[in-house]
Amino acid sequence: MMPSVAFTSMLSCAVAVSTVIAAAQTRDPRRSGFEDMSRESQAMQRDDTANPGMFAVLEGEELWRAKVGSRKTSCADCHQNAEVSMRGAAARYPSFSTAWNGPVDLQGQINLCRETRQNAPPFPLEGPELLALSAYVGKQSRGMSIAPPDDARLEPFRRQGEALYNMRQGQLNFSCANCHEDHAGQRLAGSLIPQGHPTGYPLYRLEWQGIGSLQRRLRGCLIGVRAEPYAYGAEEYIALELFLMSRARGMAVETPAIRP
Amino acid sequence: MTERSVQPKLSRRAALVGGLALIVARPARATPEAMQDAIRDFIGSAPVRAGRVKMDIPPLVENGNSVPLAITVESPMTEGDFVKAIAVFNEKNPQPNIGVFHLGPRSGRAFVSTRIRLGDSQNITAIAQMSDGSFWSGSVELIVTLPACAEN
Amino acid sequence: MARVLINLPKAKRGEIVEIRTLIQHPMETGYRPKGDGTSFPRDIIRNFVCKLNGIEVFRADLFPAIAANPFIAFTIKAEEGGTMTFSWIDDRGRSQTETADFIVE
Ligand code: HEC
Ligand code: HEC
Repeated sequence: MMPSVAFTSMLSCAVAVSTVIAAAQTRDPRRSGFEDMSRESQAMQRDDTANPGMFAVLEGEELWRAKVGSRKTSCADCHQNAEVSMRGAAARYPSFSTAWNGPVDLQGQINLCRETRQNAPPFPLEGPELLALSAYVGKQSRGMSIAPPDDARLEPFRRQGEALYNMRQGQLNFSCANCHEDHAGQRLAGSLIPQGHPTGYPLYRLEWQGIGSLQRRLRGCLIGVRAEPYAYGAEEYIALELFLMSRARGMAVETPAIRP
Repeated sequence: MTERSVQPKLSRRAALVGGLALIVARPARATPEAMQDAIRDFIGSAPVRAGRVKMDIPPLVENGNSVPLAITVESPMTEGDFVKAIAVFNEKNPQPNIGVFHLGPRSGRAFVSTRIRLGDSQNITAIAQMSDGSFWSGSVELIVTLPACAEN
Repeated sequence: MARVLINLPKAKRGEIVEIRTLIQHPMETGYRPKGDGTSFPRDIIRNFVCKLNGIEVFRADLFPAIAANPFIAFTIKAEEGGTMTFSWIDDRGRSQTETADFIVE
């Protein structure tokens, strides 16, 4: 099929949209994707025994205690009880890593500990182990406010992320802002366009029938506008995450969330 | 905007178009006739009366991969009068059967809830088999929208 | 071993309570294309049984139209407490049984 067919139908989807008005003006106009979901999906997220994202958390808890690498050390050997030591950690990522001399996201930090502290090979990005550990660490911040660090070294990367967010790209020539600012709350084909906050990751997405990272989500958005997605772990994703987290400052962490 | 696997550009494009046009290549589908056959396997030659079976399903399905479905049947659920089984069927998935749930007086209520897959907008039918051998049915017509862009 | 989440509330005698189970399982339909012209082989939990003190209280026959990580909720009238078992078997012949205490006060 000719791409132009998709182009027009995409545009008409994006423009001939319903008129859902965003949250009340008086309150914080930001809303998590949670609020845009059906009651049933919200219930699924609220109840840990109904949320399949909890399988990753349970697996992460096991990995946390597993002794690995040439030193036979576990995460728990150094960090002890994750409920205490990891509380709030996910809310301040990406952070600046001196070891890396650049920003790292939570998954990057976990892999840094794997390599430099456990002497074990890093987990593959988007693989089940890394998702599980990130979900387990992330869950320790559930309900806490997203609190990006005030670190001047992060600023150029955050600004790079903001520029990427506003840059039109792909064959459809859409920027993130075109959808998530200009058309948030409206429908694109069957999906409600959320404001695009990174509050729930890693999360269980019904469409994936599994758990995935923010990078996988962003990859989907890039492919949606027919841009070449970045490779997992690319600095562009970290930069975008830095910007998205600053935009979501103060919103609650929901890991592991549910999304359609 | 979804992604399932890394694929060459061409097929991504094709799938994107498909997603937007609400058409995705899928294998041979169950048909309303296949559903009738599957129902006949469950009820035999007994008649089915409409009623007593209530299905709870969200009117607009967010994602066909996981659609919450709850079924309740009017029944006292006593030793002498109870629902033995509830079978659920669909018209357009590759197979007409969804599930068969076996209950008894110890269930207390004739209730079951699960999450199902629906490839398309279609009719879902649930049939309850009562302890007296009678069959009752309920149906619901569902609209399934595909995600904004299906990629694979 | 698959992970499983079971929500089995405590009950008062005579009360009807809802039991919810979530099993980690791909519920591979057999129709999902691999990309090379073939499909991922079917792997479905076919059968799920819940027993209280060895007596069946609920059973389900499942088909590929049940969502991945199957969620099944049903009710029980709390007449006696005891050991509740949840067992299932899939297309690959893997079977598993989980046990929980059903407390009736
Ligand atoms: C030998 C000790 C050691 C082991 C083992 C270890 N870590 Fe660490 N970890 C550290 C130290 C020290 C820091 C802080 C300094 C840094 O940034 O590297 C840290 C930092 C972290 C942070 C950032 C916390 C924050 O508040 O910013 C996370 C998350 C983390 N580790 C996760 C893990 C996980 C998951 C594992 C197991 C896969 C693990 N660590 C294994 C020593 C360890
Ligand atoms: C053509 C419109 C469009 C564009 C452009 C787009 N997105 Fe999205 N985005 C969506 C839709 C629609 C969803 C909701 C998911 C779905 O059902 O497909 C979404 C979901 C998201 C989410 C998940 C929010 C949550 O609640 O978990 C994030 C984060 C996000 N987008 C960020 C971005 C970023 C960053 C960019 C730019 C690189 C971008 N998006 C570009 C349409 C778009």
